[in-house]
Amino acid sequence: MNARTLETRKGARVRLLEGGADDARPLVFLHGVAGLLDDHTFLDLLAERYRVLAPELPGYGESAGEELLEDMLDFALHGWDVVEALGLGGRRPLLVGHSMGGMIAAEMACLAPGALDKLVLVDALGLWLDEHPVPDLFSFLPFEFGDVLFHDPDRGAALLTGGLDFSDEEALREFLVANARRLGTAGKILFPVPNRRVSKRLYRATVDTRVVWGESDRLVPPAHADRWAELLPCASVTRVAEAGHMVPYEQPEALAREVAAFFG
Amino acid sequence: MKFTWFNLMPWPYLPEDFREKHRSVWVDIPNTLYDPVRGHAVYHEYMDQLEYADSLGFDGIGVNEHHQNGYGLMPSPNIIAAGLARRTSRAAICVIGNSIALYNPPIRVAEEFAMLDVISGGRLVAGFPVGTPMDTNFCYGQIPALTRDKYREAHDLIMRAWAAEEPFAFDGKYNQLRWVNCWPKPIQKPHPPIYVPGGGSVETYDFCLDHDYNYSYLSFGGYKAGKMLLDQYWERVAQRGKDESPYRAAFAQLIAVADTDEEAERLYAEHILYFYNRCLRVYPGFADPPGYRTVKTIRAGTLTVLRRENQQLFQNVTWKDLIERGMVIAGSPETVRQRMEELIKTLRVGHVFCLLHNGNQTDEKTRHSTRLFAERVMPHLRNLWPEWEHDERWWIHPIENRVRPEETVGARR
Repeated sequence: MNARTLETRKGARVRLLEGGADDARPLVFLHGVAGLLDDHTFLDLLAERYRVLAPELPGYGESAGEELLEDMLDFALHGWDVVEALGLGGRRPLLVGHSMGGMIAAEMACLAPGALDKLVLVDALGLWLDEHPVPDLFSFLPFEFGDVLFHDPDRGAALLTGGLDFSDEEALREFLVANARRLGTAGKILFPVPNRRVSKRLYRATVDTRVVWGESDRLVPPAHADRWAELLPCASVTRVAEAGHMVPYEQPEALAREVAAFFG
Repeated sequence: MKFTWFNLMPWPYLPEDFREKHRSVWVDIPNTLYDPVRGHAVYHEYMDQLEYADSLGFDGIGVNEHHQNGYGLMPSPNIIAAGLARRTSRAAICVIGNSIALYNPPIRVAEEFAMLDVISGGRLVAGFPVGTPMDTNFCYGQIPALTRDKYREAHDLIMRAWAAEEPFAFDGKYNQLRWVNCWPKPIQKPHPPIYVPGGGSVETYDFCLDHDYNYSYLSFGGYKAGKMLLDQYWERVAQRGKDESPYRAAFAQLIAVADTDEEAERLYAEHILYFYNRCLRVYPGFADPPGYRTVKTIRAGTLTVLRRENQQLFQNVTWKDLIERGMVIAGSPETVRQRMEELIKTLRVGHVFCLLHNGNQTDEKTRHSTRLFAERVMPHLRNLWPEWEHDERWWIHPIENRVRPEETVGARR
């Protein structure tokens, strides 16, 4: 993956990971609440077939301008602003949204279903089911993230922090600072309950959609997959074994296979 | 010097094993621990104590707002304040305060504070806290990264509503009102004294200095730990070229007075330890939602509570710790006078919120401690700021001819 920075018309500065052949079909990946982690295996695998474009949301990493994004509509329009700034030459992108990125992708699809080629939602946030509540990720202590986000918590914690050792005071502090920026931004659409009523707009998202879920997702329970499929006009569900919420990082090969099978 | 008798209103029946069994006294405390029938007596006891403090000559009586909190029984401090306004006629009614970002719309605060000021005859001190993350974000659902912005807007709306003499339209980001027309309006002009509780952010210092509001540091860490923060505040006051009136600042302190130092430990230690060791158990995950604090503040903060290995441990504080670290000022009237003088002078404060009821302290002990403080400590501390003796900018201005409810109720019987 190569990195570059683009600026949207609104003025957000977005760091972008990019890979694959220039003339391949464009695939935009919207990362989840934890951001783009250091391990890019999933994106590398997709880049064998597609032109992969993975923008980092303002508030995450080097991307800036999070103060421009205040509510769900701002986030969804920012998604389209980024697509516009990518200059795809009129080609409709394939869109993959994971976790919070799935929530944003679903909103983008409601706004402009005809502007997407196909859509994949991976363990998407954005619905609320009383019988299957999403735990309050804003009250987690740093050491708790691994437990909730991954099928294999120990391996997950290492992926999440890029191998940072939390017993090192400075490492913990840097994690907290970055985490405050990331989740501070995410909180605008996820706090206190991660539901900004996309459910009442999903009838508009007529794009061909695949909902993919980690079988042991402890953040967004797998029952949410079925609800997404009920609400979306043209969606089907597949599941990935031995994967928690962080499917793209925990089972990159299996997920890349699912995505490729659906996108063609 | 002004002394305000403050009651946090803790629930006095938390079980002995509370710390072992429950992760937090706040937000997700099991509400089966609350017993409304016992609660009836508790409210009356606490309100009686506040009225008793008024009768002993305290300058103010104080209440505050917390939600889903085992050491705060006042989700609506205005209800308690209304009761106090009806049964007292002298002391300031200090509501420290209403978390203004939580009221929808915040014009509700302008109205209720105006009601309290009118009922009390101009005795309201109006507190405008940003609110703790526990109350504001986790209990009342405000988005952490937008809380301060919403607070500022609520403040602007309330102050405009109190000042305006004609209806106006308010097109805010969080509040849209076509007809703002505050009715009733407060007695005190241009508005009741405004107190802003803060925890050390430069933004809050500046907010207070921009508007000439009182800055109140309400911690349970005591005056020795509080000095660092208030030093920063006074440094900022000097940088901004403001005068150094001690009445710009207030400090909260746990206090317990007995006939001797030994007697103080014997009478009060168990109750104050109840407060520190049971009431102050707050799950760290509720204390700092991402987005609430600035990056700068996080860089300066301490991290130990966030470690897994520290979740099961607790260093139980002892009476000796509390006294040595100045978290509690306790002892004979002379000991307490000396320590209080040290507090007032080193922190440079004109207002002290005196926490004289603590933890599960009994009514009898609370009154004993309160009376000793009022009669044998307070009189010796009155004139520590002679050069600012006539500075009334941060205090109430009641009307002369006000109803004396405690007298009229008796007369009508």
